[in-house]
Amino acid sequence: MTADDIRQILLEEIGNIAPEADLGALDPEVDYREKLDIDSIGFLNLIIAIGKRLKIEVPEKDYARLGTLSGAVSYLVARKRG
Amino acid sequence: MGIFRMPSLGADMEAGTLVEWLKQPGDRVKRGDLIAVVETQKGAIEIEVFEPGTVAELLLPVGATVPVGTAMASIREDGAVAVAPAPDAAAMKEERPTAAATMPAPQLQVPPPPSQGIKASPAARKFAEEHDINLASVPGSGPDGAIVFVDVEAAWQRQGGAAATTAAARTGAKGDGAPVDGMRAAIAAAMARSKREIPHYYLGQTVDVTIAADWLAQRNADRKPEERAVFGALLLKAIGLSLKKYPEFNGSFADGRFAASAAIHLGMAIALRGGGLIAPAIHDAADLPLDQLMIRLRDLTNRVRAGRFRSSELADATITLTSLGERGVDWVQPIIYPPQVAIVGAGTPTVRPWIVDGVPVARQLCDLTLAADHRVSDGHRGALFLRAIEALLQNPEAL
Repeated sequence: MTADDIRQILLEEIGNIAPEADLGALDPEVDYREKLDIDSIGFLNLIIAIGKRLKIEVPEKDYARLGTLSGAVSYLVARKRG
Repeated sequence: MGIFRMPSLGADMEAGTLVEWLKQPGDRVKRGDLIAVVETQKGAIEIEVFEPGTVAELLLPVGATVPVGTAMASIREDGAVAVAPAPDAAAMKEERPTAAATMPAPQLQVPPPPSQGIKASPAARKFAEEHDINLASVPGSGPDGAIVFVDVEAAWQRQGGAAATTAAARTGAKGDGAPVDGMRAAIAAAMARSKREIPHYYLGQTVDVTIAADWLAQRNADRKPEERAVFGALLLKAIGLSLKKYPEFNGSFADGRFAASAAIHLGMAIALRGGGLIAPAIHDAADLPLDQLMIRLRDLTNRVRAGRFRSSELADATITLTSLGERGVDWVQPIIYPPQVAIVGAGTPTVRPWIVDGVPVARQLCDLTLAADHRVSDGHRGALFLRAIEALLQNPEAL
């Protein structure tokens, strides 16, 4: 699974939580939770979805590393390799 | 023969549109079964039956406007003999004109597009209504195939935006000025009533939630995401337990008197994507173990955001919590949702300086506020109630 595949899946799942968002215009370096107004339950749903789609269980202490799209992709790629 | 009437959906909603019957004549129903889906400003609401029996007749067609109190169906009680409709004809005759009178004739002749049984988010429904898009023709890409905003927007573009805009203009409400938004109108009605009728008093307490937050982090650390809890669930539990000692904050005020509620149904203000909010209830929240409470909170939030929930969840709350979440501001001075008599606000927990044993230290603090009805309680009791919540949060393992 490439970084692009992971980015695609991540964007799809963010889109399920923030369906009205224009994800094409999302700056990969921006805090997307702030930008898209994703609350703690929305974010928990995202973490659950990532677990199901990518078979990666993200511990709570790593949540901060998923703060931006690019950060999240790097983190998930590393976890997939690790 | 009992007549099943459209139940109250909370203080801010007076009517809905019947979009689907979930039961047919001859079907047996028990208390809590879903009999119909009614579309409102707040989404599709599944209407529950109160009394057991067998559905005898459905009194309204799909597409009818259904004000609260309208006779919707006749339900034969268990054990009653099923005879020809004659014995009940008088009662039925009496009922029908009431329902018919509230329904403008044109609406009956031309029911809206058949959107029954369609899962769609409130934002999608609103957009579809404004732009004259038949939801039945829109493929959904959301959870469980629900139609979400982008789906309707895409459908609108496929139809050619200009044509749809004309249709929206024809419906009259939209233009350069602020559109009359159904949900905004509903919120306005409830909040105006609250501010007009309820003599609020307000209290606040900065609560050190470091212990609770650390305990929660530790508890979540070795759990699957599905089993993790959020701080809001702890708050709900602490409020629920505190209410057992302070019943004057749990119940409803109607007809000049307060009725305390034996059950504790905690309303949770849930912000909708695209604006507006709904405060449905988690039933019997005080007695749910934290894990169960969290499952219910997540389930309710997801269903509310997907635009489908139950009538009892909307009408049954006995107190409400409005929590500003992880990324809000420090505090909120909330407005009571009538006919309830209290609402608890929780600001965003943040790390701030705090004095412990005479020494300034960094602690995680959360500003809890209470707005309560002075016709029912006094500030002294309100302060004790807030203090009780604070105390429980210092001992989270007991929650």
